[in-house]
Amino acid sequence: MANVTVEFLGGLDVVVQKQRVHKLHLPAEVVSVGDLIEYIASTLIKNPRDVAVFLEDGGVRPGIITLINDTDWELEGQTEYVLEDNDVVSFTSTLHGG
Amino acid sequence: MSGNSSDAQAELIRLRRENELLREKLRQSGTQEGVGADRLSLPEYERYGRQMIVESTGGVQGQLLLKSAKVLVVGAGGLGSPCLPYLAGAGVGTIGIVDNDTVEVSNLHRQVIHDSGKVGMLKCESAREVLGKLNPNVKVVTYPVRLDYSNAFRIFEGYDIVLDCTDTPLTRYLVSDVAVNLGMTVVSASGLGTEGQLSVLNFQDCGPCYRCFYPTPPPPTSVASCSEGGVIGPCIGIVGVMMAVETIKIILGVYTKENFKPFLMMYSGFPGQTIRTFKMRGRQPQCIACGTERTITKETIESGIVNYNVFCGSRNYNVCQPEERISVSDLQDELLDMDTTVLLDVRPSHHYKISHLPHTVNVPMKELRNLDRSVDALQSRIPQITESSDVLVICRHGNESQLATRLLKDEFNIKNVRDVTGGLFKYIDEIDPSMPKY
Repeated sequence: MANVTVEFLGGLDVVVQKQRVHKLHLPAEVVSVGDLIEYIASTLIKNPRDVAVFLEDGGVRPGIITLINDTDWELEGQTEYVLEDNDVVSFTSTLHGG
Repeated sequence: MSGNSSDAQAELIRLRRENELLREKLRQSGTQEGVGADRLSLPEYERYGRQMIVESTGGVQGQLLLKSAKVLVVGAGGLGSPCLPYLAGAGVGTIGIVDNDTVEVSNLHRQVIHDSGKVGMLKCESAREVLGKLNPNVKVVTYPVRLDYSNAFRIFEGYDIVLDCTDTPLTRYLVSDVAVNLGMTVVSASGLGTEGQLSVLNFQDCGPCYRCFYPTPPPPTSVASCSEGGVIGPCIGIVGVMMAVETIKIILGVYTKENFKPFLMMYSGFPGQTIRTFKMRGRQPQCIACGTERTITKETIESGIVNYNVFCGSRNYNVCQPEERISVSDLQDELLDMDTTVLLDVRPSHHYKISHLPHTVNVPMKELRNLDRSVDALQSRIPQITESSDVLVICRHGNESQLATRLLKDEFNIKNVRDVTGGLFKYIDEIDPSMPKY
């Protein structure tokens, strides 16, 4: 039962009521980052249409970078990463404007 | 102003500019500070003194590194504009600028290297003028072309570092792929709204490339440009300036193969300003551009086998038949008979507030989708609408309005829906130029 902070950056906060930072007290069954992603899709995202902005084929949509405590989740085991108290999980859309 | 005197005005501006350029040439040939790439002249000591006495630049040695550096900047827009003067000011010896766009008034809130007198001028030439005045020692080479798979290698060859200041995923993949094939380091940045991102890619031909970070392109529907999504000038500007810092560090050898750690910096301007540095993955062995089994090569790029258009895709807005569309001049006639017709503006409400036609109802596209095909729900927003109503749909440029037309016809079963071709901006251009465009 971890307390984690989840951030939605790069404009991705549109899927979560424009609130960039969410402090979550996770239920016991949310153990890994993979579980957290499902939890976000089912609980945090209120408009079902917005799930497609966040997920594609069950995974985080291409163009979104996932970070665990400011580190690329590729280096942390991706969905397998087991959440700990006070972890910060950030999702950021890639920007393309210039 | 009469045609003749505005012609004369334009001629005067052109002559002034020509005069300025000739003076510049004269200044350079007569009193050039430069003395060759291997040493500094006295005026150069004076010019660069304030940065040479910052110990970590390496003093004279560092300045000579800057002087012999060749940096290519792709894009003289929101990122390139603030970056370029700092590169020139610092004494980067050769600066290439690739951009085939011309300056527009709507660029100037962020692309501050240009100015109101340069509207219509090529951005690369406008930037060259400014850099030449800022530091005549710098050699500026301009490429007034749109970077593509067929010209990229020819342009990139001979440069040490490339700065990706472009504005689409397509050019970002292309810049990275070409740089990897030429062993060049890329300083890559982007911005939108109040945020920006920055990274150093293919560092010394051993760091991760753009494809390592983003092996799969984003769906085209999720990609917004500055003209669509909006951008705060200094927010993208700060990221452009950060690019100049990274470039100078790369040239001075502050980063080495030993100490360089892949990163992605994220700047947020609102509500509180923050810059965060995320630790990123290294080069990916399975990367098709820089990994162990590469398929993105000079040959496959230049032959068109690597098809960037297909890879990145594009949004298809052409979803209406000709009879489902109405021109802005016909719209003008219908406006006179608005009793029965519903004119629906589907732009976001903060766009609508800036300017809109009279007698319009604003239901943004996103909200329209959320009504879930329910005519009852639609009627709660537009009481007079029925399945037999005549509905005209308008947006900014006539893209989203086509999607909305489809939605209303196919999902809400409203029979007589037509899209206003070209949108509000075309209406303003052709019918009522007194309305504000943004």
